[in-house]
Amino acid sequence: MSEPSQRGSRGPQALIFESGSPGRSAFFWPEETGASGIPDALSREEIAGFPEMGELEVLRHFTRLSHLNFSIESQFYPLGSCTMKYNPKVNEVAARMPCFALLHPLIPPELIPGAFELLTELETMLAEIAGMDAVTLQPAAGAQGELTGLMLIRAFLAERGNPRKKILVPDTAHGTNPASSTLCGYDVVQIPSNKQGIIEPEAVERAMSEDVAALMITNPNTLGVFERHIQAIADAVHRRGGLVYLDGANLNALMGIAKPGHMGVDVLHINLHKTFSTPHGGGGPGAGPVGVKAHLKDYLPVPRIVKSGDRCELRDDFPKSVGRVRSFFGNFGILVRAYTYMISLGSDGLEDASRMAVLNANYVRKRLENTYFLPSPEPSMHECVFTDRNQQKDGVTTLDIAKRLLDYGFHPPTIYFPLVVSGALMIEPTETETRETLDAFADAMTAIAREAKEEPAVVKSAPHTTPVGRLDEARAARRPVLRWEPGGGD
Amino acid sequence: MRYTPHTAADKERMLRTIGASAFEDLIRHIPAALRQNAQIALPQGLTEVAVKRRMAALAGKNASAQDWSLFLGGGIYHHAIPSAVDAIISRAEFATSYTPYQPEVSQGTLQAMYEFQTLVCQLTGMEVANAGVYDGASAAAEAVLMARRIQDGRHRVLVSRALHPQYRQVIATFLRNLIDVELVEIPFSANGATDADALARALDDRAMCVVVGYPNFFGVVEELAPLRAACDRHGALLATVTTEPLSLALLKPPGAWGADIAVGEGQSLGVPMSLGGPGYGFFASQKKFVRSLPGRLVGETVDGEGRRGFVLTLSTREQHIRREKATSNICTSQSLCALASTVFMSLLGKSGMRRLAEVNARRAHRVRDRLVEEAGLAPAFSGPFFNEFVVNVDRLSERRSRFFAKRIVPGVELEKWYPEMRDALLVCVTEMNEEQEIEELVGTFAAR
Repeated sequence: MSEPSQRGSRGPQALIFESGSPGRSAFFWPEETGASGIPDALSREEIAGFPEMGELEVLRHFTRLSHLNFSIESQFYPLGSCTMKYNPKVNEVAARMPCFALLHPLIPPELIPGAFELLTELETMLAEIAGMDAVTLQPAAGAQGELTGLMLIRAFLAERGNPRKKILVPDTAHGTNPASSTLCGYDVVQIPSNKQGIIEPEAVERAMSEDVAALMITNPNTLGVFERHIQAIADAVHRRGGLVYLDGANLNALMGIAKPGHMGVDVLHINLHKTFSTPHGGGGPGAGPVGVKAHLKDYLPVPRIVKSGDRCELRDDFPKSVGRVRSFFGNFGILVRAYTYMISLGSDGLEDASRMAVLNANYVRKRLENTYFLPSPEPSMHECVFTDRNQQKDGVTTLDIAKRLLDYGFHPPTIYFPLVVSGALMIEPTETETRETLDAFADAMTAIAREAKEEPAVVKSAPHTTPVGRLDEARAARRPVLRWEPGGGD
Repeated sequence: MRYTPHTAADKERMLRTIGASAFEDLIRHIPAALRQNAQIALPQGLTEVAVKRRMAALAGKNASAQDWSLFLGGGIYHHAIPSAVDAIISRAEFATSYTPYQPEVSQGTLQAMYEFQTLVCQLTGMEVANAGVYDGASAAAEAVLMARRIQDGRHRVLVSRALHPQYRQVIATFLRNLIDVELVEIPFSANGATDADALARALDDRAMCVVVGYPNFFGVVEELAPLRAACDRHGALLATVTTEPLSLALLKPPGAWGADIAVGEGQSLGVPMSLGGPGYGFFASQKKFVRSLPGRLVGETVDGEGRRGFVLTLSTREQHIRREKATSNICTSQSLCALASTVFMSLLGKSGMRRLAEVNARRAHRVRDRLVEEAGLAPAFSGPFFNEFVVNVDRLSERRSRFFAKRIVPGVELEKWYPEMRDALLVCVTEMNEEQEIEELVGTFAAR
């Protein structure tokens, strides 16, 4: 066992279980008299192995761990398809107001009118931005939104006599699209994109049949390219009785520029933790509201918040509903943050956000297009995708470039995605970055390309400055050690 | 503009570099029909001061635990949260990072997740745990889907009717589209626990798993030994669902009873109630099922110089690798809430967790006894409980307004989910319910 204090605060740290002292606790509460009422046969001893530390000790442990992370507030984080924009502080202040943070979900609804007012207004605002007719806020994240949207489609088609069997998914789609389709009981048919990385209406027409329930499409797609045939594609799907699902992960490119509701989209989800600035939290919590056109409204999850006059009430009496997809009201705290962001920016600010996101991506693209290979000549929206094709002749790959960027103090782009592009580097700068930051990033990428030619070993052995070097992922998977145990390993 | 830093000169210079004369050049390839009418009809932006006023005004209309006496549980619990928890999860290094796909610059998040997985294992008495899922309800649904993967060829799911009603609804929603799965509800008996005889009758070789609350929705601590034995007779898996994990600091954990899968809602361990979300679902199982687990897993490994480090592992189960063959579609989860619990459990530690659980159980039992003795209420069930219990209250709906006038919400009315329990009230008592609140609760019930 080693003392964290001897290791410095920017290298590997001891586990919380490896420090502390028996009997220590940061918790103070007066003893309660009386019986606990739990029979001995149902009782346990104190939890073996649990931490035993003081408050400062615990704080120092986690503060030191935090130093090992890159984050938006300390580094440029151009992770494609993730929209790592600034997460405004005022959102956090709002979500922590006691009369939001200390609400119990099973209190009679008439006692929390402010919460329901916020939720109905948020539904209305999201519907307006996306051009849809109704919204549910229940889904906890994008993938749960996808599943919810597909369930709506299934229920709609089933009522018309046949839920159908297949979902069409472009080869550029996020992995969650096919995974959600399977979970909804559908088979997945992949639709190839063309050389420019977009979907041709003919490809969809060829795949369409009375067996196809829906097409799931992302627009702009994961190459950052607007699917310019979207209306013809939607027509092709509708002609054969299918529905169109839009993965709204890239909505940050579209606010005030084009509305999914005008593209022939029947249902979509929106990632509030992307476009609407709620923090990613190292992997959540997020929120994945689902918007629909009027013909799908009756199928939305229950309970629904219904406005009658000045009052909002919770109603379960929608017999066609797909049911409940999450407990209570979804990730309310995240919804409060997104609402705060939307009223802060207003229509003018939201439109400006999308425009600046597009400007920044195009600027980065221009700065790098002579150095890195651009697989699609199509115009970029809010993100751009390069590959390692120019660097591969020197034996340097996308992974090496990504790791070398860490030494330059930048979080790498999304790598090796979309899958259709070999060695993809998917860069999404977002609108909240300055020109100077974009320049510094482009300079670093250019310098790495030069290193790849002149001293490839430096790039291939990167990173050199991080708390740990490249980690042996194969070993972790071959012999999984997923928890600490007394005496080490398992 | 708020949060977008470019000056007019910046924009002009950037457009010039791009080779565009105006921003519109960048979006001209979008069909004109779509670009027209894309304006957003919402109010203009507000100053930060105005935003805070608006939010405070909305918040001010709500009855919160700050100035109301809430005796509400039923899946979400009001507990004391040390200030240190919020201080850590507010750190931008944790709050504003993404899922740790670049482990060299995410060791903070990864190590904390590894510590979280360990704490969940210790608390539940299970062998492995993942880094969390959306909430307790989706954890319960994912547990059923996991049992389906393990129990190939079996197609019946037996769910206790004493499991949280919303969790049962979510399980039903998830299963609705999987045509080969049949959902069967097992009734509860007079003690408020799952009816073991009814379960034994319903079990056969078609059953993939049995799902029970521990403690269940009525607060009753199920006796798991007979349920485990009944499952064993037919090769069914036993999955437990815990909505109040603080109870597991006092109760023999699911692992000790031989549960195959133990899941639940983690909110009660350091996460504010926040109208029921965000919290997180915890998810643990026996080690032999590790490759069937949904969601993210963090594992230990080493770098080139032999230094210990942590990575996301076994990701060939996950959607970004396996696509339509993934064990789950989950991507973004509830990481920051799991971190809050990690800090919370570390602060309380071995003795603090035990102490807090005891305070809850003792106080709840004292209140239950006083409601019976001084207010003449009848306990609905005889089974042991942790910090919530059901009482029958005559003319419950008529008496509601008397409590509201005193800013008390005395419990969760159960008739909505259990039509036969017309006067039943689920009362929850935690360390946050102070003596004077308890006096008022008992006094208001006693006043006829």
